[in-house]
Amino acid sequence: MGDSKILTGRAHVFGDDVNTDYIISGRYKFKTLDMNELACHCMEDIDPDFASKVEPGDFIVAGANFGCGSSREQAPLVIKHAGVSAVLASSFARIFFRNAINKGLPVVECDTSQIEPGDDLEVDLSEGKVRNLTRGVEMDIAPLPSVMMDILADGGLTDYLRKHGGFKL
Amino acid sequence: MGKTISEKIFSNHTGGDVKAGDLVVSSVDFMMGQDGTSPLAIKAFEEIGGKSVLEPARVAMVIDHSAPSPLEGVSNLHTMMREFAGEQGLCLYDIGMGVCHCLLPEQGHVAPGEIVVGADSHTTTYGAINVFSTGVGSTDLAAAMLTGKLWFKVPPTMRIELKGRLPLGIYSKDVALFLAGRITADGATYMAVEYSGEVIQHLSVEARFTISNMAVEMGAKAGLMEADAKTIEWVAGRVDHPFTPVSPDADADYQKILDFDLSDLSPQVAEPHRVDNVKPVEELEGTPIQEAVIGTCTNGRLEDLQIAAALLGGKRVSPDVRLIVAPASRQVLMKAMDLGIAQRLIEAGAAIVTPGCGPCVGTHNGVPSDGESVISTANRNFKGRMGNPKAFIYLASPATVAASAVAGKITDPRRML
Repeated sequence: MGDSKILTGRAHVFGDDVNTDYIISGRYKFKTLDMNELACHCMEDIDPDFASKVEPGDFIVAGANFGCGSSREQAPLVIKHAGVSAVLASSFARIFFRNAINKGLPVVECDTSQIEPGDDLEVDLSEGKVRNLTRGVEMDIAPLPSVMMDILADGGLTDYLRKHGGFKL
Repeated sequence: MGKTISEKIFSNHTGGDVKAGDLVVSSVDFMMGQDGTSPLAIKAFEEIGGKSVLEPARVAMVIDHSAPSPLEGVSNLHTMMREFAGEQGLCLYDIGMGVCHCLLPEQGHVAPGEIVVGADSHTTTYGAINVFSTGVGSTDLAAAMLTGKLWFKVPPTMRIELKGRLPLGIYSKDVALFLAGRITADGATYMAVEYSGEVIQHLSVEARFTISNMAVEMGAKAGLMEADAKTIEWVAGRVDHPFTPVSPDADADYQKILDFDLSDLSPQVAEPHRVDNVKPVEELEGTPIQEAVIGTCTNGRLEDLQIAAALLGGKRVSPDVRLIVAPASRQVLMKAMDLGIAQRLIEAGAAIVTPGCGPCVGTHNGVPSDGESVISTANRNFKGRMGNPKAFIYLASPATVAASAVAGKITDPRRML
């Protein structure tokens, strides 16, 4: 999707309806803009060890409606600052999806039912494919609207607007 | 084929003939950020290279989520908002003015037929007065402040027809919870919802806000209603600029049409830890609770406090329960004082806290302890939502919350009417 790099890493698997309070709780996010500090609490209420076990390049893999709940942009930011290279889910809540693209975090809509915890994955954004190297299966990535591809290719909405000065469809 | 409310509002704003699925760049009539999202928007605004907000009169910043500040880190972010609003000439609602979603309509910032974005997911609230309003992130808010525009995908629409008359003791919150239970947390993802039918017609404008507020709990992008005579009268008393209400065409193209007859609806309660985990109160009666909360952008308006006060009148909150009331705005609190509602709530044992989001978002004002159960009029009961992942949150109407506070356990309010 305008980005030729191939991402590789391990899967951390979550269920359906992972909400933004679970991604970063309200009890932390109101007091600082330091995303590295907040990243220590990423996913804390549903997986207290997540921040300590995630390695740079790893993937968050989930079921339906990932990122439901609030509009907090801290949610994709802490995921990114925790070192996660992309979020894969069978579907996303719309504000989270838009925020992730705006902050340059790839969000990949695909069939995630054949991914188990610890699987080695390869995400090829330009080809639109997810390959589960552990299980030898390949999944298609749902295409993004063109404006989102452009924003992601520019590294996020801030850089997109610096470059274009406004929205271009 | 005719058009839905969303298609018409976007057509009016873009000068085109747009349909669901079209990508558009549209002007935005009003935009808002709160204290959990504005600091990041200010940062993004500066990173984009923004010098001045395009139209400061179209922007409000509201300090409501942690108000007054409980921590120095929060205080510094509040100061950042005050300074930015001061420099740019934005409208700032400081601590105690109330919750953003009560303030924007109350203060006349939003009107039928307009497009509004807010850096808060419950921005869907103004759909009740025919506004296409939706939640965005901080960087989108920054982009809108800078350019006056945003890109949108015109959503398809789910139409929900609500038939019958609500029985005594059943309120708009019960309708919102019932729909969340039936449609589920992602059943309306990406769609605009249009609510219609006899049930909506008979509700007050204040009660309608509760339903549109919770549209996002079904994943919806907007929760729209037509503007009827009640809407126009309500808005006319507050808005001082011209506006154009929008109705759907009779042959509008809907992605889905759902019908519900609510004549026999019971009070509804969402069980922990999901908003769509909804049951009739009869199935949960007797569950002990230690904290009860009345307020928030869902149910902190005058009518909500009035319903609670009427039910509490002459009774006392159980000694085992803390009842916290957070009026949704200063105006609501002052009217509640004028009408003796605030006094009745306090006499019954309620603690009234600063108008604002209160304990809903887990920052202060009533964080429950480990293992405690809370019944609240809020819109979310996720684990940890109120600041403690070891607590349990049930969602219900102001009447059900008040009745449960008196009994010390989840209680059908119809027993106390």
